Amino acid sequence: MLAVLALPAGAGPVTPDRAQELRHLVRQDCGSCHGLRLTGGLGRAITPADLAGRDPDELTTVILDGMPGTAMPGWRPLLSEDEARWIADYLLQKETP
Amino acid sequence: MIFRAIALLMLLIAPAGAEELRGTGDLGLIVEREAGSLLVVDRSERAAIGRIEGLGDLSHASLVYSPDERFAYVFGRDGGLTKVDILTRAIVNRVVQAGNSIGGAISDDGRLVAVSNYEPGGVKVFDAETLELVADIPMGSKTVGIADVPGGRFVVATWDTGEVWLLDHSAEPADPVITKLTGIGANPYDALLTGDGRTYIVGLFGEKGLTAVDLWQDPPRATRFLPDYGKDQPDLPVYKMPHLQGWTLADGIYALPAVGLHQLLWVDAATLSEIARTDLAGQPVFAVARPDKREVWVNFAPPDNDKVQVVDVLTRQVTDTLTPGKGVLHMEFAPRGREVWLSVRDENRVEIRDARSHELLGEIPAQAPSGIFFTDRAHRTGL
Repeated sequence: MLAVLALPAGAGPVTPDRAQELRHLVRQDCGSCHGLRLTGGLGRAITPADLAGRDPDELTTVILDGMPGTAMPGWRPLLSEDEARWIADYLLQKETP
Repeated sequence: MIFRAIALLMLLIAPAGAEELRGTGDLGLIVEREAGSLLVVDRSERAAIGRIEGLGDLSHASLVYSPDERFAYVFGRDGGLTKVDILTRAIVNRVVQAGNSIGGAISDDGRLVAVSNYEPGGVKVFDAETLELVADIPMGSKTVGIADVPGGRFVVATWDTGEVWLLDHSAEPADPVITKLTGIGANPYDALLTGDGRTYIVGLFGEKGLTAVDLWQDPPRATRFLPDYGKDQPDLPVYKMPHLQGWTLADGIYALPAVGLHQLLWVDAATLSEIARTDLAGQPVFAVARPDKREVWVNFAPPDNDKVQVVDVLTRQVTDTLTPGKGVLHMEFAPRGREVWLSVRDENRVEIRDARSHELLGEIPAQAPSGIFFTDRAHRTGL
């Protein structure tokens, strides 16, 4: 199971309930392409080790606006900027299940 | 004589097979992707009758059946190829054959199992009996949409390089004759093979349109079609790639999920020209024909994955919108179409509906269920 590390304070108004939903979204919906364990699939691996050194702001932008020319869609219609930033931080910090 | 005595003894001390003499034609397997397990289900009982555990990472897992409908070969995301016995509900054999795999197929004689890989790419072919490696075919690309073609062959498309490879294992299983078609289109994301084994349809993500490959021609002939569907409309984000398997050929017409549009595309199979479109509730993932081909059932990518829409083939109108619950990942019809089973991932259950009245007939608890596979798939080409 997921072992979630302490989340940073700057994650904005993401409530604990919403955070639970976002964890689920990462695992299931990001997992559609990146794998349930985020070890990659049609999309690249996005475990903390794979993302090491990436700038959270940049990841937030990728989550919100996607990567043109690839299959990575922009999630702006479904996520707020705070939520995208929460996911970026989560991906960088979480332990691999 | 000694062997016979040992065999008899084995039967006596192996209760699972011997006690419960039964057929497998009404059985099925449901992937529990989070748990890495398979639920063994009985269609007649509308119930789970067992569980097989220890299959690794089953995100996006699929499986095929042996010709006797007793064994299943399960393709896991972690590169695992697992052979399970649905009668004894046990893992018979398991090999981790790659870093990351996406699906597989079994040859028409049931002797070879081919696995399509993302990492390191290409296809590996195994002996169905022993799971020993028979052939390793690197393709310099992730591969998608693998299917069995009559005559001991497999066909597969390459995501990175836009090719279709036809592998003919009929003469020498370990050294297949390879026919490669290039220029299929940018980023094939999935493909389907028609039930007669003739036409391989490749869906493209990197550009508009699809490619049909006529495998009856020698060499196989590729034709692009619908090259500009949706050109005049902005692309909507695709939060889950459509699947082409489970596609429809009804009354000489294909019903195909659009990419980046909330529509079902109707295509004349003979001319490969568009006939009509049906507006849907979201990005379609599966568009599956009821076995009588009268209706097409469609499920959706997030955020609309709580819904299922039923489309009438004659009128091409949506006739019903069901909301089974969050995370409807897959639909599987009973072989003759009496009922349909739907996996509802986020509610940890599979629901069974009458395929005509759409009435709920039953429910089975399952842990984050995804793919549902009934054993009749053993006898169908292209699954």
